[in-house]
Amino acid sequence: MTDAAASVPAPDEPAAISRTVIVWVAEGTWPGCIDAARALAPSPAAIVLLHATPGEVAGAAHGAYAGLLGRGHPERDPGPRLAELATASAAELLAAAASRLARPCTRTERRGRVEREVVAAAAGADLLILARDGDRSRLGPKSLGPASRFVVDHAPCPVLLVWPEDAPDTGTIPPPPPHRKPPPHWKPPRPKPPA
Amino acid sequence: MPAAALVIATGAVTPHAALAEAQRLGPVIGFLAAVLILAHLCDVEGLFRACGAWMARGSAGRPRRLLAQVFATASAITAVLSLDATVVLLTPVVFATSARLGARAKPHVYACTHLANSASVLLPVSNLTNLLAFAASGLAFPRFAALMALPWLAVIAVEYLVFRRFFAADLDAGAHDSGTHDSGTHDSREHDSREHDSRAHDSRAQAGPADQVSGVPVFVIVTVAATLAGFVLASTAGVNPAWAAAAGAAVLAGRALAQRRTSVAAIGRSAAVPFLVFVLALGIVVQAVVGNGLDHALGPLIPGSTALPGLLATAALAAVLANLVNNLPAVLVLLPLVAPVGASAVLAVLLGVNIGPNLTYTGSLATLLWRRVLHERGSGPSLAEFTRLGLLTVPAGLALAVLALWGALHAIGG
Repeated sequence: MTDAAASVPAPDEPAAISRTVIVWVAEGTWPGCIDAARALAPSPAAIVLLHATPGEVAGAAHGAYAGLLGRGHPERDPGPRLAELATASAAELLAAAASRLARPCTRTERRGRVEREVVAAAAGADLLILARDGDRSRLGPKSLGPASRFVVDHAPCPVLLVWPEDAPDTGTIPPPPPHRKPPPHWKPPRPKPPA
Repeated sequence: MPAAALVIATGAVTPHAALAEAQRLGPVIGFLAAVLILAHLCDVEGLFRACGAWMARGSAGRPRRLLAQVFATASAITAVLSLDATVVLLTPVVFATSARLGARAKPHVYACTHLANSASVLLPVSNLTNLLAFAASGLAFPRFAALMALPWLAVIAVEYLVFRRFFAADLDAGAHDSGTHDSGTHDSREHDSREHDSRAHDSRAQAGPADQVSGVPVFVIVTVAATLAGFVLASTAGVNPAWAAAAGAAVLAGRALAQRRTSVAAIGRSAAVPFLVFVLALGIVVQAVVGNGLDHALGPLIPGSTALPGLLATAALAAVLANLVNNLPAVLVLLPLVAPVGASAVLAVLLGVNIGPNLTYTGSLATLLWRRVLHERGSGPSLAEFTRLGLLTVPAGLALAVLALWGALHAIGG
């Protein structure tokens, strides 16, 4: 759960070893990730731009239509239409990201539970770049939204966690509480049983 | 339909009673058909595309402003053109708008699905449940709207406050222009918003021949406004307001047909005749079920009082029933039982059956189970998440709406 930096290959490492860097392209926060990839991804690395579409959005529209009793007419169901629109908008987003990256890359689109799709796609990668997507006005745990929190906690590879914009000042950290209590899950070490 | 034939054949409902039910439902179904056609013609004339352009322009690339505009649009469309229009015609436009702005679509799409139910309490035309109850309540159109205005605003306010908090992360993620032009440094918000504006215009201009309708579809808006005025006038003159809906639909149909923007066949399809027949059959089946014991089973549960606790209990009962079966059968079952209590109890039932279905994403447990049985493919919404959202909005929204109804009854006089 640390902001692990990219493991940049040592200068003497042969360039033939190809490294895979996955960049999670998410609405609203992706330019920061692309800029980080430009600045920090080693130049021979294979960069994969990954976008995940939440399946539940089209699912909710479909469910709302299904809930209208007796309407029939499956061609009026907005669910498939939304899925179509989502595919088109994901392709546009990935194209914009690729053009900002200005380096050879591959684009991947996944659909489902976003956070789980990202974790699954990151398996075997050498680095995953993602952005904080919570409260970005101050430093702290709330700067991770539920999705990025899940990905950071479950990532099967090193992670580079960037601020979408300039990071807030360190002054945004609240002062320490007057009495330092141990965290709730902390237990004193058990005394060793006498031999 | 076969079920309706069966209950008549087995004598659960006498043919005479079935005919009486059909005669009672006939005008309601005609009204419904006119509203469905009206919504279809508004779509043909570009009303929903204009809504999308308005939301894109007004939100200035800020997701929280977009959410406010989605709320305003979805509430108005649902109230005037019925919940079908919001689910079928507005939701894709809202999704496209949010995608175009680069914002996360989830809060905005979920807002449409929620408001299609909860914002459908304002007018008799907003929901088929209202049309059915409107006929039974004996209220005039303007009086119905006046009593339901406060509850409508109350439930929308609850939904809005909950949505802003519930989707805070998605809304704070921001919206970026596709970013192909700006390199490196982040541009100022003003610049971003101008860029969004021009993109909104561009994509509307490029979106195909049907989009050649210029900017704001004034003719449609004026016709719909005139139709609303017609509801009030017809109702005060003692004429069925369905005629006003029919007149509005006829005006729009005449213009769209003359300009060859739609066909008679397309208008016929938008009237959804199988659906109209289904409503009729459902009415007869429910009558059979109610007449053969359900009235005795449910009767004791109906509070006979129209004081605040009675109204709250009535609305809660209606919400529970709507969640178990679906709000159409629920309202058909409850109407004959609450109508003798008074118009205020009928309105409380409507609040329950219209706001209640947001607890599940398919509107009722029955539909949800049925779709599970069918092993429907594709990922539905996370049931836990949607239910959490429902638990945050439905009880609070319903309670506040009933309180507002009670206040309106006292202010205007029950």
